[in-house]
Amino acid sequence: MRPVVQATSATRAAVALALALAAVGCGGGGGSGGGADGIVSSSWGDPQNPLEPANTNEVQGGKVLDLIFRGLKRYDPKTGEAQDMLAEKIATTDSTTFAITVKDGWTFSNGEPVTAESFVDAWNYGAHLRNNQRNAYFFGYIQGYDQVHPESGEPTARTLSGLKVTGPRTFTVTLSQKFSTWPETLGYAAFAPLPKSFFTDHDAWLAKPVGNGPYAVDSYAKGSRMSLRRWDAYPGDDKAMNGGVDLVVYTDSNTAYTDLTAGNLDLADDIPASQLKHVQSDLSDRYINTPAGIIQTLAFPYYDPAWNKPGQEKVRQGLSMAINRRQITDKIFMKTRTPARDWTSPVLGPDGGYDDALCGTYCTYDPRRAKQLIAEGGGIPGGRLTITYNADSGSHKEWVDAVCHSINNALDNHRACTSSPVGTFADYRNQISQAKLVGPFRAGWQMDYPLIQNFLQPLYYTNASSNDGKWTNEEFDRLVDQANAETDPAKAIDTFKRAETVVRDQMASIPLWYQNGSAGYSDRISNVQLNQFSVPVYNEIKVSG
Amino acid sequence: MGRYVIRRLLQMIPVFFGATLLIFLMVNVMGDPIAGLCGERQCDPATAAQLRKEFGLDQPLWQQYATYMGNVFTGDFGTAFNGQPVTELMGTAFPVTIRLTLVAIFFEIVIGVGLGVLTGLRRGRPVDTSVLLLTLVVISVPTFVTGLLLQLLLGVEWGWIKPSVSSDALLGELIVPGLVLASVSLAYVTRLTRTSIAENRRADYVRTAIAKGLPRRRVIGRHLLRNSLIPVVTFIGADIGALMGGAIVTERIFNIHGVGYQLYQGILRQNIQTVVGFVTVLVLVFLLVNLLVDLLYAVLDPRIRYA
Repeated sequence: MRPVVQATSATRAAVALALALAAVGCGGGGGSGGGADGIVSSSWGDPQNPLEPANTNEVQGGKVLDLIFRGLKRYDPKTGEAQDMLAEKIATTDSTTFAITVKDGWTFSNGEPVTAESFVDAWNYGAHLRNNQRNAYFFGYIQGYDQVHPESGEPTARTLSGLKVTGPRTFTVTLSQKFSTWPETLGYAAFAPLPKSFFTDHDAWLAKPVGNGPYAVDSYAKGSRMSLRRWDAYPGDDKAMNGGVDLVVYTDSNTAYTDLTAGNLDLADDIPASQLKHVQSDLSDRYINTPAGIIQTLAFPYYDPAWNKPGQEKVRQGLSMAINRRQITDKIFMKTRTPARDWTSPVLGPDGGYDDALCGTYCTYDPRRAKQLIAEGGGIPGGRLTITYNADSGSHKEWVDAVCHSINNALDNHRACTSSPVGTFADYRNQISQAKLVGPFRAGWQMDYPLIQNFLQPLYYTNASSNDGKWTNEEFDRLVDQANAETDPAKAIDTFKRAETVVRDQMASIPLWYQNGSAGYSDRISNVQLNQFSVPVYNEIKVSG
Repeated sequence: MGRYVIRRLLQMIPVFFGATLLIFLMVNVMGDPIAGLCGERQCDPATAAQLRKEFGLDQPLWQQYATYMGNVFTGDFGTAFNGQPVTELMGTAFPVTIRLTLVAIFFEIVIGVGLGVLTGLRRGRPVDTSVLLLTLVVISVPTFVTGLLLQLLLGVEWGWIKPSVSSDALLGELIVPGLVLASVSLAYVTRLTRTSIAENRRADYVRTAIAKGLPRRRVIGRHLLRNSLIPVVTFIGADIGALMGGAIVTERIFNIHGVGYQLYQGILRQNIQTVVGFVTVLVLVFLLVNLLVDLLYAVLDPRIRYA
């Protein structure tokens, strides 16, 4: 029996497949047109929380806010300096009450003018407990915060008592404590103004956010794509130099990278670790690797008495000296991290409080001295340490293992340090917040605003929001209070640096490295840079082809 | 037949409740999902408590399950952490995955059965040996390797296709991902069909059909193939559910925003509502497809009759 018929049907299927493949193979081309109206396509991740200014605490949602909102201040993408944007004047005599004047002539992209009320209403909304805003604590310095956002129980006020509208374009802010550098925090997206439609038709606003930035949302398909177009009536001087931005959600940063190399995507701002080896040869000078305001550290469980004995700082200093930072950043991170020299970030600059000599020898690899110091401090509690990390993202396993390896080598004991993975980030955060970890654990800090205060106070002040290890030190607290009360910003920074030396002497946490932002782009676009938050400066991108 | 269908439908009820309860328990064991919502920092306790209340996580587990199931029957699958109703997520994810699954099943049937018949009839010939070898290779190479390789070759090197699927996920774009998704099952279908055909070729009814002088086409199509398809149909049927749930790897590689992607995100973010919702629907799909397969038996082989 010869299966003539079947044979031909199989051939037919093969032909059909080949034809279909050819039909799909149109390929090529990201957006339409070039020049000033060219559209930039850029990789995106699905924002974790609803897209509201005070509810967005991760980079992906932050990208959108940066495109469609401008606040009172804006951080210069190059220097990180907080410059006036919508603020005409922010005046204070006592570092507690600030009189703010909003510039004239600004509107939201729906035509509604930006007034003092736009800010006050937005901030009241962001602070109120009922609205579940993840960034509510940004308003925590404003007087009356504990009434609208009590630590437990129901709120007793609807609005912050420290906010008062005094005119169409003026309002005053009263803080509950002295905070001289507070105006410089106002560049953070949580402080953005909101139009009336946000409050009157919230669902419609979430479906298509309206802001006052250089771009307006054209269409938004949740979970897959957001198209933003240049808003031609934008009154600011940082107008968009391209026609718009298409943010495309990728399931995997590897796919985004593949699309970039195939010419289907203009900008991928998260180069996956597995591609770092050949990114230089793939993209040559279209690969960006610049410092961002992110530091990674090892935190300690000070709530555990075994890790909180007087004199034990020598153990922590010894551990710090046992870590070969240079080797790990070169070999594992392919130079996308920079060995840490202090507890802040290079993006602050020397004037902002970054000091590359602050950690000094404690951050220099010296295995002999490390062993000595650990012995002097009474040895590792229990004889061995376990470093905990979350295994679901960020390729933490590789570097934690390398850190352990480095410590073990220094101590000549291959069992001194082991790593302990936790399955998901949520579970990891869970164990940290319940103070369940028994040894050092991976910690990271991405700055909210480029201020030295932001690298110290939330992390090391007694009971601060991100003081996960529950470290506490009176001297440090006193210096931070003093720095915040200082009216001269330069003096404030100096005092913060003195507080930082307390962190160093006690080795409250081991600074590991500063994280860089990395991105790659196609030859269709130029003038691409990342700001200090490792978000591309979209409005300056030029499209050529 | 009617009673059989009813009995099968009734059997589905405990399976449905058991499966969803299991998933519910498993996701809950992973810990407090709110902890991961505020990034590297701890959520402030008041906001965390408020969120927990909003998502019903402050209730005892059994009550959460009861409320959840109650809502499901009114078509309310809850809200994902990003504020979107889960039904809306399903509305965008399922059509895409169903399309992808259909493409995969299409390849399984056309290529798998086609090659199976071809090799089954030519057992031991060079065609047979080479197809067998080929299926062995396909089975032994993991899907993500095939996927990445095809993406790199067809998408980047030769530029025949776009390496990623757009958010519309049109049928044309899904051909290569569908082929990748189908690849392993396709190899199994080929082998199953081949064996089945080879066995039945010597069956009495085939000899009778030939002796009656029926044309070859009719002998193979009507008599041989129809009887050989029973195990293949079982396999493909069971595969529909597996393909929909197992598309995680393929969907990630080709940037397809389907069920696999939503499940992956849901698990990563410990979003109970998303994970349980999607799995619930997948369980239903699985059960219904199984029922369909059993009913198809009777159509294919009249000898199989149920009381």
